[in-house]
Amino acid sequence: MATEGLVRPRLKPAPRAPLAPQQAIDAFARRHRYRWWEALPWVAALAAYVLFPSYIPLGAQILATILFALSADLVLGYAGIVTLGHAAFFGTGAYTAGILAAHGWGEPISGLLAGTAAAALIGFVSGCIVLRTTGLTLLMQTLVVATLLYEAANKASWLTGGDDGLQGMEVWPIFGQFRFDMFGRTGYLYCLAVLFLCWLFARHIVHSPFGRSLTGIRENVRRMHAIGAPVRSRRLIIYTIAAALAGTAGALIAQTTGFVGLTFLNLDRSGTVLIMLIIGGVGRLYGAFIGVPLYMIAQNRFSEIEPVYWYFWLGLMMIIVVVFARGGILGLAERLRR
Amino acid sequence: MACRRSVAFLVALAFTLSALIAAPAAAQTVVKIGLISSYTGFVAQAGDQAQKAIDLYIKEHDKDLPPDVKIEILRRDDTANPEVGKRLAQELITREHVQLLTGVILSPVAAAIAPLTAEAKVPLLISIAAGGSAIPRISPYVARVSFTLWQQGYPIGKWAAEQGWKTGYTAVSDFIPGHDSEASFTKGFTDGGGAIVGAVRMPTQSPDFVPFMQRIRDAKPDVVFLWIPSTQATALMKAIRDLQLREAGIHLTSAQDLLPDEQLPAIGDIALGLITAGMYSTAAERPANTAFLTAWQRAYGDAVIPDFLSVNAWDGMAAIYDLVKTTKGKFTADEAMTFLKGWKNPDSPRGPIMIDPDTRDIVQNVYIRRLDKVEGKLANIEIATIPAVKDPWKELNPAK
Amino acid sequence: MSDTFAAFISIGFHGLAFAMVLYLISVGLSVTMGMMGFVNLAHGVFAMLGGYVLTSLMSRMGVPFWLALIAAFVATALGSLILERLLYRRLYGRDELDQVLLTMGLIFMSVAAATYVWGPLQQPMHPPRWLSGQVDFGFRSFPGYRSFLILCGAGLVIGLWLGLERTRFGMKVRAAVDNLRMAQSVGINTSRLFALTFALGSGLAGLGGALGADLLAINPSYALDNLVYFLIVVAVGGLGSIRGPFIAALLIGIADTGFKYLLPELGAFFIYALTMAILLWRPRGLFGRA
Repeated sequence: MATEGLVRPRLKPAPRAPLAPQQAIDAFARRHRYRWWEALPWVAALAAYVLFPSYIPLGAQILATILFALSADLVLGYAGIVTLGHAAFFGTGAYTAGILAAHGWGEPISGLLAGTAAAALIGFVSGCIVLRTTGLTLLMQTLVVATLLYEAANKASWLTGGDDGLQGMEVWPIFGQFRFDMFGRTGYLYCLAVLFLCWLFARHIVHSPFGRSLTGIRENVRRMHAIGAPVRSRRLIIYTIAAALAGTAGALIAQTTGFVGLTFLNLDRSGTVLIMLIIGGVGRLYGAFIGVPLYMIAQNRFSEIEPVYWYFWLGLMMIIVVVFARGGILGLAERLRR
Repeated sequence: MACRRSVAFLVALAFTLSALIAAPAAAQTVVKIGLISSYTGFVAQAGDQAQKAIDLYIKEHDKDLPPDVKIEILRRDDTANPEVGKRLAQELITREHVQLLTGVILSPVAAAIAPLTAEAKVPLLISIAAGGSAIPRISPYVARVSFTLWQQGYPIGKWAAEQGWKTGYTAVSDFIPGHDSEASFTKGFTDGGGAIVGAVRMPTQSPDFVPFMQRIRDAKPDVVFLWIPSTQATALMKAIRDLQLREAGIHLTSAQDLLPDEQLPAIGDIALGLITAGMYSTAAERPANTAFLTAWQRAYGDAVIPDFLSVNAWDGMAAIYDLVKTTKGKFTADEAMTFLKGWKNPDSPRGPIMIDPDTRDIVQNVYIRRLDKVEGKLANIEIATIPAVKDPWKELNPAK
Repeated sequence: MSDTFAAFISIGFHGLAFAMVLYLISVGLSVTMGMMGFVNLAHGVFAMLGGYVLTSLMSRMGVPFWLALIAAFVATALGSLILERLLYRRLYGRDELDQVLLTMGLIFMSVAAATYVWGPLQQPMHPPRWLSGQVDFGFRSFPGYRSFLILCGAGLVIGLWLGLERTRFGMKVRAAVDNLRMAQSVGINTSRLFALTFALGSGLAGLGGALGADLLAINPSYALDNLVYFLIVVAVGGLGSIRGPFIAALLIGIADTGFKYLLPELGAFFIYALTMAILLWRPRGLFGRA
């Protein structure tokens, strides 16, 4: 039995022993098992691939952005670090993969890994500086890090293409077989596979003791210090992991669209990922899967009808969600279930 | 029995009706054109100016189309993000099956879309973006009808040297259109015999231009060339006023982006006498321009002023309408490109324009203008004309 | 040599004027954030509103400058009061993320609303005739309007300081910033106090936006474009003080202008690197109390 190591064997004469603790312990231990509805997003993604072939390029970008939002959820929802500079890692991953592809090394998987590693490095270094603080100061520091990277990318236009963006990216076919073409089929399946693997990883972290300690850190830091949990290093680890995943997402977008630009690093990108998360629900692992498609599809529709007033409805919806629908859509679903 | 008969009747009616409705639709040719512009983000103003011109052209010239040909414009907002622009172009090509793409405000968006045009064989007619002289070289299906930054920077540089001004200074925004403008003025000025004594690049998000203008004041050049995106024009002119650059004897030159016609009321008298090089001024006394302005005022009133962005978009529509009229709406990408290469519009509000058959970029008159007050209103008065200017960058850097 | 000296004076002067505008706008944010711990990113919206009120009144209705300034202050204060009662007060004590998102939503709505009402172009701002032109200070002359800005800023610092130190209202504000719960238990109606302080702070921002319309252009994306500058002033200065943002604004205004003059290639970097360094050295800002 899976619960064997966790539960004391019940003593024989306990007919009136309450059942609740046992049930609670079982439920707790079963939390990390896979539920049937966790397969839904993947089924939906494959169905979309088959049913909506002309929306595949949008779909690929949605999948990569889900990964970006997932990485932000780790940092925001699970560790409670409010950051306005998450795009810094996204952009680092994108530029790394892009610059490699533009200078002769177009192998996608190694480019992806390089992007992830570069973003993890930046995440680690900036985390050491930024995570010493809290509140507004932390917010400002994350903002400043992202802005510094933006300015650096603009200055180094000989390398990054500056404002024009990176030109001449040539991504080789995956395993020499599957070419990235205009219809985006390869790109879609590539993003789906990477997202799946990263999601498995994130899920594992979140349900592990490490992940649960993060929730403790988020809810009550003093208590965590009191019980001897290594708060600083845990926050730094999750920050670095989130940065790495954000870099993966950036590299994915770079490789599937064949373009990297300064907008990958700007405040708008950092802010938008927060918005998408809160719509879906922060700290619930699946918020990204709901918020991102909703936001991106709505924006896509709106840009065809009346683009100027997109900001108005978006702002209004954000206010409504924050005031009335705390926890986003998933939070609403939870409340309805109860 | 009655039930079955009525059903049969309804089915027959439905068939007949659908045949009637379908018939004219089958005979009608709908040409789908994808228009990618920026309606949100920092260039929303430019998008607005261009869109007004596009809407006006369609209103005025829809009746010129052949009887069973219709043009459908599919508008998309790239939110000033090149990767969004690229994806929108992809969707327009694969999902909507457009026959032509046009618009595009930011040159990075144009650069991102250009490779697609070759892969999909769908032409792109850039009607607003001016940066990136090399973009038409990325694909044989790209043509431009707006202008290039070199087309205005190089002539003003040469003209400045011809005035006898020996020392020059450049101050531009620190992004690629700024760098292009700086390079073009420098080349023109030095080719004309002048010497550049200093150059400064200003951050794109600079709220205050004073420190940079102070550097220029310290250097005391004969002439300074300024280039910033047109949305920052007023702020720059105020810094120049506050530091009294002109009182110190420094001549100012720029391109039309510094004195866009719609911002002249906001900029005010401080800019009087300023010399710029540009392609279009609302004060131009051409019959085509008068007709354009009359139509504009009729549609939008006196409060809204068109500028060079509007006229570029207007001409883009003119090219597309000419193409559709000539081919009756049925053309392949190669046929479209053959038509566009060498396309002329002698009746453009900016004067005679042509798309160069070799480079697929625009050839047009460049005017040296001075800001004067005419009947109490500020206007860019054309004082000299340099006819049929080809993009100097391509002339100096021939394709290999 | 005297040329360089003159240049430095000029730079210092203009940086000072810029600093005053930043201060006027940000001081309200510092005090309200220090008092209620509410992360209000939408503070720039109030400054923008003040700017629009001023430019609209002056250019469309020919209202004299000083009257339009008062109108900007009052309109913004009232508007912020309404917003506070309707929206902000629901989020006191809530998660920081919620506050960030609420105020971001407000910014977005303000961009669309401003575009709808006033159009996408920036608003023309012509200082009144008696302030335009140059003012002769004897050894050299300076632009009149910027001199006026500096005087206003200085006057405001003194006025605020006096108000904070010498009035009962100021006393209550200081108490609430120091320790909100204690202030409540001593009988101060903190809810009303906060509403009043918020209105005052936002009104000041509106005034700052109006006065600074010559430097920080009034257009629909004002709140977004200048957000980082306002946040830097408040974070570096420290929350809950009126001295902190003043020093921070001086630092940012003069240092930013100075560095752009001396090293224009690195102009943009400097201010962010400086912010990061100061926040590393003093995480609560230079004079943070809360």
